[in-house]
Amino acid sequence: MEFKHKDIIALRDLSKEEIELLLATAESMRQINSRDIKKVPTLRGKTIINLFYESSTRTRTSFEIAGKRLSADTVNITPSSSSATKGETLADTALNLLAMKPDIIVMRHAVSGSHYFLSAKMPGCSIINAGDGTHEHPSQGLLDMLTIRDRFGRLDGLKVAIVGDITHSRVARSNIQGLTKMGSQIYLAGPPTMMPPGVERLGNVTACATMREAIQDADVVMMLRIQQERQGKTLMPNAREYSRYFGLNPQNLKLAKPDAMVMHPGPINRGVEMSSYVVDGDQSHILKQVENGVAVRMAMLYHVCGGELE
Amino acid sequence: MAGEKTVIMDNSGIKRAITRISHEILERNKGLTDVVLIGIRSGGALLADEIAHVAEVIEGVKAPVGAVDITLYRDDVSGHLPHHAVGKTDIPFSLEGKRVVLVDDVLFTGRTIRAAMDAMMDHGRPACVQLAVLIDRGHRELPIRADFVGRNVPTSIKENVAVLFDDRNQPVEVVLEK
Repeated sequence: MEFKHKDIIALRDLSKEEIELLLATAESMRQINSRDIKKVPTLRGKTIINLFYESSTRTRTSFEIAGKRLSADTVNITPSSSSATKGETLADTALNLLAMKPDIIVMRHAVSGSHYFLSAKMPGCSIINAGDGTHEHPSQGLLDMLTIRDRFGRLDGLKVAIVGDITHSRVARSNIQGLTKMGSQIYLAGPPTMMPPGVERLGNVTACATMREAIQDADVVMMLRIQQERQGKTLMPNAREYSRYFGLNPQNLKLAKPDAMVMHPGPINRGVEMSSYVVDGDQSHILKQVENGVAVRMAMLYHVCGGELE
Repeated sequence: MAGEKTVIMDNSGIKRAITRISHEILERNKGLTDVVLIGIRSGGALLADEIAHVAEVIEGVKAPVGAVDITLYRDDVSGHLPHHAVGKTDIPFSLEGKRVVLVDDVLFTGRTIRAAMDAMMDHGRPACVQLAVLIDRGHRELPIRADFVGRNVPTSIKENVAVLFDDRNQPVEVVLEK
């Protein structure tokens, strides 16, 4: 099985077999991360530019470490220090970077779909999506799937609850795309102001009226970060009310299966979407997610750097 | 696409070769002290298990066995070919000061061995590295030679030599395809 995409922009664009290939490669990459010498010469001489228009700790550091462990040369560009503050358009940035002949660009951008635009402007260069607006966050989806699969040995037939601001969550969308392809059942919960209409059209997805309904007998409980204001609209009265109705605490966690796993893409609002007891509890796999993130991103960089252009 | 396939070494031939190689390894290293076997995935890893088993029967001691996957160390990884699937490197012990015997099924250009040595060096500094192969088919492109050889088989570049294994990972036969 060969990976033939030049870019990885959305899990929606990948087949089940391609996702499995990426997960299998990530497992092999994981071993490099536990050795004394955490480096392989595979992408030696390749240039990777991390172009992050939105702030990030986990994802940017994760991609940077991933690239360096594969012996690539990584460069970070962030908005505060780039010409974006001088008003340079994405199109111009693309042309300027193209002239420096990078091999891979890892971009996070506020506008959904911007990676397709960038990819069209940069022939010969691979584009990896580190999050575009509310569209997708494929590396997060993949590392979540790997973490779940590590725990249960499979993905099909699992009940996965995703709770939070679904409308604005690219993490939710990537997970929904990826997990439904692999046969999981998704149950969504969140305030009605944050639940997109028609979400059930995405596949084996149920939009639940209450959090209780979603996490009842769930194998996986995935909580999303909540923000009081989004795009100038107030979507919930305050954080305390949100946490009363949709927050995860030791009491309502008991509704899920006894061996259920708790996940969160980070950064966590302790006490809002999850109580600290759960964040630091035995069922939490949050730090495992971060650990798997580096391996998954190494797998993505590896596969996208080979292969004929589509 | 059908090439002409001939069996150049059958099951008993393979067994005898492995027995002789095991004896030679014991003779050269004066036993199994500090000897470890590292098989190159995937054929070499399976043969390493066989050699370790035979050596254990002879010497009464089991040498540690590991496996190395060289996909990430290949010298033909570039932007023009689809990338191979990456297997697992499994060396659950330190190589520091050990006498490593690398095992592969077929020795050809020598590039796989070069990659395997690079992969291994990231796991420690061995005292020495020896190479055991079942078949040496010539056509080296690098200055690499085997210490222990099952059989030398002169071939032309266009031919292909493969060691076939069954479902239980036992070697079956060696075929030459024209």
